[in-house]
Amino acid sequence: MWKESSVVATMASLQRPDFMPYQNNGGTVVAIGGEDYCIVSATTRLGLGFAIPTRNVCRYSILNNRVVLATAGMFADTATLHKVIKARVKIYEEQQDKPFGLHSAAQLLSNTLYYRRFFPYYTFNVLGGLDEDGQGFVYGFDAIGSGEKVKVVCNGTGQALIQPILDNQVEKKQQYENKQITKLSLQEAVDLIKDVFTSAGERDIYTGDAIDICIITKEKGVLVETFQLKQD
Amino acid sequence: MQLVVDPVRHTTSPLVTGGSVIGIKCSDGVVIAADTLASYGSLARFQNFSRLLKVTDSCLLGGGGEISDFQEIQRLLENLTTQDFCFNDEHKKSPRSLHQYLGRVLYAQRSRLNPFWNSLIVGGYVQSQSFLGMVDLYGTTFESEVLASGFGVLLGLPLLRKAYRPDLTVQEGIKIVEEVYRVLFYRDARSINRIQVATATVDGVTISEPYSLETKWDFKGFVNPRSTYDESTW
Amino acid sequence: MSQFNGADGGFQFDLLERNERLKEKGYQVPVARKTGTTIVGLVFRDGVVLGADTRATSDTTVFDKNCEKIHYIAPNIYCCGAGTAADTENTTALVSSQLELHRLNSGRESRVTTALTLLKRMLFRYQGYVSAALVLGGVDFYGPHLYTVYPHGSTDRLPFVTMGSGSLAAMSVFESKYMDDMSREEAEKLVYEAISAGIYNDLGSGGNVDLCVITRGQTEYLRGYAKENERKFRKPQGYSFPIGTTSILSSRFERSFVPTPFVSDPENSSTMAVD
Repeated sequence: MWKESSVVATMASLQRPDFMPYQNNGGTVVAIGGEDYCIVSATTRLGLGFAIPTRNVCRYSILNNRVVLATAGMFADTATLHKVIKARVKIYEEQQDKPFGLHSAAQLLSNTLYYRRFFPYYTFNVLGGLDEDGQGFVYGFDAIGSGEKVKVVCNGTGQALIQPILDNQVEKKQQYENKQITKLSLQEAVDLIKDVFTSAGERDIYTGDAIDICIITKEKGVLVETFQLKQD
Repeated sequence: MQLVVDPVRHTTSPLVTGGSVIGIKCSDGVVIAADTLASYGSLARFQNFSRLLKVTDSCLLGGGGEISDFQEIQRLLENLTTQDFCFNDEHKKSPRSLHQYLGRVLYAQRSRLNPFWNSLIVGGYVQSQSFLGMVDLYGTTFESEVLASGFGVLLGLPLLRKAYRPDLTVQEGIKIVEEVYRVLFYRDARSINRIQVATATVDGVTISEPYSLETKWDFKGFVNPRSTYDESTW
Repeated sequence: MSQFNGADGGFQFDLLERNERLKEKGYQVPVARKTGTTIVGLVFRDGVVLGADTRATSDTTVFDKNCEKIHYIAPNIYCCGAGTAADTENTTALVSSQLELHRLNSGRESRVTTALTLLKRMLFRYQGYVSAALVLGGVDFYGPHLYTVYPHGSTDRLPFVTMGSGSLAAMSVFESKYMDDMSREEAEKLVYEAISAGIYNDLGSGGNVDLCVITRGQTEYLRGYAKENERKFRKPQGYSFPIGTTSILSSRFERSFVPTPFVSDPENSSTMAVD
């Protein structure tokens, strides 16, 4: 009588009010776009309530040697979303025989998220990479595909702790007359990321165990480094 | 015209359930264990029920949660392995691909808001590599050196994490999961001290017959919880 | 007369009805600080060992990284608290004060069972609304005693106990390693392991391990018995903000501490508004 797919959300909400299809696994993701680099990083702790089912999950996907996606939120949705995006990027690259650009990836991600506007992927994404000119840029998205191109962004459970520091240190916000404003070098940016995650780990119970740091440069592509946080 | 929709009714909560499943990765294989109790609410309904499954010659599955959903998953896997057999091309599903497959199945079901109410632990040993992965009713998939489901997350994981070493042997692994199940029996009301232990090693998959664990209840403080003068003097 | 309502003991409930009405209108009730906690106690050959982690949380945020959860009751009795921080602190302080007076009156050492009775009466009276989950331990005339007290006022006497969100993690350690007649060293180590299990496996627990070892005639409070969760990394360059980082829009100099004239106007005092 009814096509199942068209009414699944409404019917289902009538059917099973007691099954909540969402779960919060926590996690924090940070991305910084520099002059000639981009850094995308994500925590590895999988939280569930007050438990830690595992300390080592992968919250990022390397889409190609210039673009990396990292996601906090529900881990099952994260894994699904990454599978979808990776498949679409792969198909595009095979068919068009050219790399998938950063801004295209942002549009693809936005469309993929908004497609599920009324049954969202419970995911908080950051997308980072190098644009056509080799300049680093990042995008931050909400769960239903609203995104913005920026220089620095944080998403996930540690957002409120980390974003203000990044605004201040990367974008020099609230530093009205700081004459010594300099762009962060790659090493400084990596140290800043390690520092803000360490700080968030002190105060946010879902941020901890370790972070994966993906460093994207034109010369070396994507290099991944793991940095340990506290396990408590 | 009045549109009469008789809503499809799914199981709204699990009825017959299995408890914790425990898994530990070893250097020479992988160990998965489950107790043999299938509860009906708070009733210990089936006391000799096997929740461990041999999927292929190198792959194991342990399941907790709703038993009927677990048996449906068992049927799906049988179809899958039968297909592999019929192709007659020597190809068999690897533990990792079975883990991912189950992840997709459970995620698809939760997205239809009709979940398979299970926690599954997949183990395997292929080309000298141990595999241990977990899937829950939301379709969350992850791999780890030690895994536990249900109450085992709270009571078992601390012990497993403490006991884990990369160079553990399967024999040591079995001792560890036995200890974990003993503790679970002491403190998880939906458990029993009768377990099965399954291993995947270079010799293939084996699932033990159910056996009982020794327990101790005669600590002095338990036998005589009150000291002689333990009464309020007020 | 109403301002003396609190004087006959117990809490004031004057604003309860008002608060219920505010809640109905959608006013958000402020949340209390909880100590998502691992606390444990263990009886050994010559006494008891109490243990606690040091993390206090509010929802998913860590409020205090090094708080004290082992509270003083009497020189020979201590009590670990889990639940709402204010409730555990005040309940133990109240009982501690009553015991002090009792000691001064009777001239005798307090007994653990007396503390237990006072605690459970207090908690039962408030029907679980005073959310204190306690581990009470001490050594008195009759020897070592260890109890748990639940928020509703029920109590339990056991050779090893755990409480709080990390209680299962800690209990798994006790269940697999507890033995009768342990030495002090063995007991300390086992309690440390149990608290560690909570710290590392329960998100509500973290920070350091505090111990309190009570034997006949001697109490040792080992604050910071293990400190394994100090911050590991700091940015090498640190953070520097040179002078001028914050712009000076205008400047003005004034004498400080100018006494403000006190105007007594009882007529208008009722117009003071609270936003």
